[in-house]
Parts: sequence; structure tokens; C-alpha cells
Amino acid sequence: MPLDTYINVLINGVLTGLVYGLSALGLSVIFGVIRIVNFAHGEMMVIGMFLALVLFRWFGFDPLLSIPVAAVVLFGVGYALQAVVIARVAHLADHMQFLLLAAIAIIIVSACLMIFGPDAQSAQTDYSLDTFAIGDIIIDKVRVYAGIAALAVTGALLMFFRYTATGKAIRACADNYLGALVVGLNVGRLYALTFGIGAACLGAAGCIILLLVDVHPYLAPSYTLLAFVIVIVGGMGSLAGALLGGVLIGASEALAGVLLDPSLKTAFSFALLIVVLLVRPQGLLGKALQ
Amino acid sequence: MSGLFAGVSTRGRVLFAAFLAFLIVAPLFLNDYWLAIIIIVCYLGYTGQSWNLMLGFAGLLSIGHALFIGVGAYTGAALFVHFGVPPALGIFAAILVAVVAGSIIGALGFRFEIRGVYFALLTIAFAEFVRIMVDHSRWLGGTAGLFLPVQNREGIDLLNLRGSPLMFYYIILFLNFGALALCRWLLAGRLGYYWQAIRDDHDAAQALGINVFRYKMIAVMISSAMAGVAGVFYAFYYNNLFPEQIFSVEQSVQVTFAPIVGGVGTLFGPILGAFILMPLGRVLSTLTEHWNLPGIQLLFWGICVAGIVLFRPAGIWPWMARTLRLTVRPGKDE
Repeated sequence: MPLDTYINVLINGVLTGLVYGLSALGLSVIFGVIRIVNFAHGEMMVIGMFLALVLFRWFGFDPLLSIPVAAVVLFGVGYALQAVVIARVAHLADHMQFLLLAAIAIIIVSACLMIFGPDAQSAQTDYSLDTFAIGDIIIDKVRVYAGIAALAVTGALLMFFRYTATGKAIRACADNYLGALVVGLNVGRLYALTFGIGAACLGAAGCIILLLVDVHPYLAPSYTLLAFVIVIVGGMGSLAGALLGGVLIGASEALAGVLLDPSLKTAFSFALLIVVLLVRPQGLLGKALQ
Repeated sequence: MSGLFAGVSTRGRVLFAAFLAFLIVAPLFLNDYWLAIIIIVCYLGYTGQSWNLMLGFAGLLSIGHALFIGVGAYTGAALFVHFGVPPALGIFAAILVAVVAGSIIGALGFRFEIRGVYFALLTIAFAEFVRIMVDHSRWLGGTAGLFLPVQNREGIDLLNLRGSPLMFYYIILFLNFGALALCRWLLAGRLGYYWQAIRDDHDAAQALGINVFRYKMIAVMISSAMAGVAGVFYAFYYNNLFPEQIFSVEQSVQVTFAPIVGGVGTLFGPILGAFILMPLGRVLSTLTEHWNLPGIQLLFWGICVAGIVLFRPAGIWPWMARTLRLTVRPGKDE
């Protein structure tokens, strides 16, 4: 195969990987602060996808324009979920929280199945099939837009954590829970905010990924697993790690799709996950576990 | 035998005997539809018992039980389809493969000190990896599925597991209560105390000189062996196997439902949970058949499980045993 084919595949993979990274960021933020593994991750992302689909079908909204709507709605869902449901089980063992979120995941998938049916549905924009050509290199227009949108949302999120008082307060909770309580931070509200922000990432990522993938309810578990792989490879709780992991997985899946059987590409991700879990469980950019 | 009922009040023993007797004679007055439902109830109770042995006794969260069930199912089925090996023999191979799968995950996970939710993720990763591998194995039917030849469905042929639903009913009933007795016996022994010590405080157990690696391995091996047997049952009861069904995360999550509702770490919980969830879910699907809602049963199960975790995390069984006075407090005579 000629070299520019590989470059094409690689660039498209990296652009897709940016969207994966944004989605994984949602998981990482929640884990980094609240120490909860959101097993309903892909399910919340699929809610974002369906929301964008409905807005597209009814009002002709471009999925990228739906990002603010989906982010706000998912923020509300995430905030309520943490404040009303998960805060109640904070005293239980980790595995009970995990199983609660697994049950919530099943509830979301079943509800989507009942509302939207099992068939794959797509939002075809007028630029869906267009490409940019730079010399011999051909890049799908949607992937470029998707990658830019994902980078923009990610950038906004990183700025929020770095420069706003609320963002700093949330990081304080993550660094030192007891200390945050002592200095009078309202940790319960900050946790709810964090879950809301994580979920908002998923809403945005869902809108963006709708440009690239057809949506159906059973997509959800595979996105959950994909995000687990990315976050563990990049480092649980590390924001930069999530982005790096997303790009790595996006690129390697795209390459594996060309070099190997396309359906084997996820096997590659899981093999990577197993190796990272065993050899470096804190991930590539994560801090060592205590 | 009396040891198995230690701590159970006379009332509890009578009710248990009545319950078991009811299930034994149930086929006399149940129609095929309800017989099939109780078969699935017992299957869920049995797989739940196997999962509960890991989390409830030894504190190891598995979200990869579909892997053990799946490799058991595929081993039993492939030996039968390709070599004509009857499941009565194939089941040993199935147990062996399931135990090997469990041992690999356990050995890697425990050797590298992977605990809690990370261990659960490791089990998921292995299950998904094997699912994709089986997807690509032409010998095992790949995505198109592996089908078992259906013959003499009406006769009773225990060796080949080719018989009427009635035979499957008694097999799974036996497995279900056999597993209950086995777990009760294990839990009352030294092994059970070691497991509970590890579950309650891993580091303290280690400091006391318990070989935590060895006892966690034993828990995974027994649990995966039980799941492998369930897989063989599944393969020969349904006669078809699809990787994305039997190895799916959804399958692994569903295994956890009955024990959570009944009570994680209780012995009768998985059976109780299965008897609550399955018939109610089926009645609900029948009632809403008119509206054609494909996900209603899972939606209902999800709500039940979430509700239990939120409002009664110990499960229904401890509360029921107390209210109906089915158990005697330790150290107290009746």
C-alpha cells in the first residue's frame, strides 16, 4: 500500500481520536474528582447523539450546532444524577456504586430502545461526503469539523479548570477532600457540578460523533468500553492523558483497520488495555496509585 | 446434613423444604411457558450464586462472568458438534477451560495487585477480547453462530443432554440447589472464613498470615468452574451460541442482578432475586405486549437493581429472613 494511504488513514484516525478523547475526558473528570467509574458513560453519550438526531430531524439543526443544547441537557442530567442518586450511595463500597451505574446504564439503553427502536439512524449533512484535498492527502470534511469541535470543547474545559474559581475549587476537592471540606468548600455541590461537567462533555461528544457514526441504542456499551480503554491507557483522572489516549486509540484503531481485519481493531484496544492494567495501572500520564 | 442447616430456624427449615418440594412437583401443574420461565429463573439463580461466590464471599468484583459461561458453552458445544463428544464428558473439558480462563485473569490480576473496580475492568477486557477472538474463529462458527443439531428432543437422554424441557428443568433445579449446598458448605469451613476475612479487610487478612493470593485464586477457580457448567447447560438448552450474545457485557451485568436484589454475600439471595426478577419481568412484558416495547423487561430489572442499591443495599433476603424469622442469631438456641 502506498505511503499516502497510511498518512490518510492516520490523519482521519487522529481526528476521530480527538472526539474519543473529549468523550474520555468526561469519564476522567468524574473519576478524578468523585472517584466514581461512570459505567453509564457510553449510554449518556448516546443520549447526546439521539438529542442531536432529534434536533436535526425536527428543526434541521446541524449536529455541531446542537452541541450547546446537548451539553446543557446532559449537564442537568449529570448534576441531578450525582446530587440525587449517587450522593446517596457515597458511603457504600465502590463495587456497589459501580453496580448502581451499571443498572442505570441498562435503564438508559432500554429506554432508548423503547423510544427510538433498534435500527441505526444517521444525520446526513450536506457536507457529509465532502473532502479536503491537500496534494495526495484526502481528509473527510466531517472529520476535520469533528476534530476542531472536539478540540474547542476540550480547550474550553481545560481553561475552566485552570482559570475559574469554580474550576480551581473542583481541583481542590480532587487533590484533598478533607482539606476542601476544612476550608469551607461545598463539596456536595462541587461533586454535582463535576458530574454535570463530565456529562456535558459526553453530550458534546455525542453531537460531534453523530457526524461520523450512525446512532443506535446498542452503540452505548461499546462507547463505555472504548472510554475505559482510553482513560486507563492515558491515566485515570488525568485530563491530558485522556486526550492523548483518545488520539492514540483513534490512530491505532484506524491503522489496525487497514493492516488487519477491520473488525479486529477493537481486540487490539482490549489487548492494550490488559497490558496497561497489568504493567502500568496508573496509565501513561497518571500518578502512581497509593 | 445438619451442618448445612445450622442457624436456620425450624420455621425456616419447614419453609425451605416446602419450597423445594413445590419446585420438584411443579412440572405436574405448570404449563410449558411457566416451566421455561422457572428454568431461566434457576439458571439466573445458579449463575448468580457463582458470581456471588466471588464478590459476596471473597470481595472480588467480576463483570466478566459472561466469559466463563461463554467458554464453557463453546467448549461443550464444539466438542459435541465436531467430535461427537457427549456433554456428560465434554462438561469436564468445559470446566477445565473455564477454570483456566479464571486462573489466567486471577493470576495476572492478583499478582499485579489489581483491586476493586480495576479488577472488574480487567475481567471486562478479557471477556471482550475473547468475544472478538471467537467472532473470528471459523471453527466456532464466528459471528454466524454455532448451532447444535437438534435430535430426539422428546426422549430423555441425559448423557447427550438431548431431551425434553422437563429434563432440563430437573438438571438446572439440581444445579441451583447443589450450588446452594456447596456454597453453604464452603462458607462454613476454613476457606469461607479466609474469604470473608479477605473481603472485609484485605491487608489485615494478609498481615494475619492468610495467603491471600491462594485463597482469592481458589474463589475465582470455583466460581469460574460453576459458570462453565452453566455455559454447557446454556449451550444444550438453547442449541445455538452467538459470541455477541453470550460474551456480551450486558450478559455479564445481568448475571449480577439476581444476587444484588436478593442480597450480595447471602446464600439464598441469588435464588430469591431470580424468583423475584424473572417472573415479574415476564408478567410485565406480557402486560405491555400490546405496545410492543422491546426493552421493558431490562428497563424494569435495571430499575429494581438501582432501587435495591439505593434503598436496601443489603438486599431483600436479610430483611425477609429477619421479618419471617427464618434464621436464628448465632449463639442463640431456639
